[in-house]
Amino acid sequence: MNVINEMRLSFLSKSTNESFARSVVAAFALELDPTISELADIKTAVSEAVTNSIVHGYRRESGMIYIDAKITDTRKVIIRIRDKGVGIRDVEQAMQPLFTTAPDEERAGLGFAVMQSFMDDVKVSSKENKGTTVTLVKRIVALR
Amino acid sequence: MLNTDYKDDVLTVFLSGELDHNRSAGIRAAIDSQLSALRPKRLELDFSRVSFMDSSGIGLIMGRYRAVGLVGGELKVVNVPEELDRIIQLSGVTTLGVMK
Repeated sequence: MNVINEMRLSFLSKSTNESFARSVVAAFALELDPTISELADIKTAVSEAVTNSIVHGYRRESGMIYIDAKITDTRKVIIRIRDKGVGIRDVEQAMQPLFTTAPDEERAGLGFAVMQSFMDDVKVSSKENKGTTVTLVKRIVALR
Repeated sequence: MLNTDYKDDVLTVFLSGELDHNRSAGIRAAIDSQLSALRPKRLELDFSRVSFMDSSGIGLIMGRYRAVGLVGGELKVVNVPEELDRIIQLSGVTTLGVMK
């Protein structure tokens, strides 16, 4: 598996950047000629991860969010979304559907469930007070 | 700004564009202030012009289900575009009986 393209992006954890981030990553994936539905899957998963960093990672503080994305010759888009926020104490619990630490903000607790359902692979690594990294992988099916 | 219509005790809210965390807070506040002012028998959320939604949209639906219930009304979610079907199904909001 060889990387044929790569990009990096960093931006402030402002919620106006949620649409910026998902649009940039979707535009980057266009090289593989994804379907509208594959593109929507990527946008949705990226939106969830970036929103998690803003709402949970940085809470009311502000900090930087870093995205790097790669395209491989096996038609995979690999997207890494990283923050230096508070981290997640129990990743397994956080990934349970409907688990949320922000019910007042009407977070449905579905972020990870959506990522897992819309992407081929989701990995989360986190350290308390160090930050969280979410890695999303989507294989774009070759033109039919 | 919210595009709404109110007649015969039904408050219809025409949502549009991309429903994410950034936009949902403002929409939520706008709908809730109309709910407490009008106390409708039914709140209809019209999704026909929503082009994108993440789980923030689900939070918006679940929250309005509660909010309209508090003023004695019911919620209906109408005209959901096919592209949003998967996230709606995944979320389980269909079990609330609000889909039309």
